[in-house]
Amino acid sequence: MTLTATLAAAHFTQLRPRLVAFARLQLRDATAAEDAVQETLLTAFEKSATFEGRSEFETWVFGILKYKILDQLRQQRRQGTWQPLDQNLDDDTLDRLFQSDGHWQNAARPSHWGEPEQVLENQRFWQVFDACMIALPDSIARVFTLRELMGLSTADICKETGITETNCWVILHRARLRLRECLDHGWLN
Amino acid sequence: MLMCREATGLMSLKLEKALSLREKIALKVHLSICPACRHCVRQFDLLHKIGNRHPASLRMPEREQDD
Repeated sequence: MTLTATLAAAHFTQLRPRLVAFARLQLRDATAAEDAVQETLLTAFEKSATFEGRSEFETWVFGILKYKILDQLRQQRRQGTWQPLDQNLDDDTLDRLFQSDGHWQNAARPSHWGEPEQVLENQRFWQVFDACMIALPDSIARVFTLRELMGLSTADICKETGITETNCWVILHRARLRLRECLDHGWLN
Repeated sequence: MLMCREATGLMSLKLEKALSLREKIALKVHLSICPACRHCVRQFDLLHKIGNRHPASLRMPEREQDD
């Protein structure tokens, strides 16, 4: 092993848990997540020698993972293991959070979270965030992660999932409401 | 008059596309009188910012595949 290869191997060992955590949030399946990360590392390893800077290297590896995740999602869709929900969202989010006149339910009324920058630097926030993501129903969580963690546009999400853009907006609305609610309860209290 | 339920729909939608002038005004008026929704809009905005900040993540390059 050359010195560069040894360094790359050390980078990979350090990077791996973060890659797996990210892939799991998106794929919601431990085996699929491992597969995506494995393929990513194989691809990355072949070309790792061309990288000097470490952060540049990590960004590049996550970029590869993103495409491996999309491949896995397409495969899951073909195999029917993932049915992106259709027009009939069997979901009571809105009825649960709002009174019939459209006001917040008392127990669901949002409270103050503090300064955004401080919130994002709080480690507990991220622990609760991950727990809340896992608690989201699959169909809602996948659209949310495609949008907010993978950074796809809603137009691209339509292509990947076969749902309409309007439906995508509806799902994102519910995902944000549910995450917000879950964070409110799990993090502040 | 826009109620909280619909207001949260517009808060989410504005992260996806430009709202119409009518929608913008309706949301603004609602937010001016509803503290709970003012918290909510800040939290939606925060959730929208998280993608590149997640500890497991890093900024993802757009449209690039090197394999």
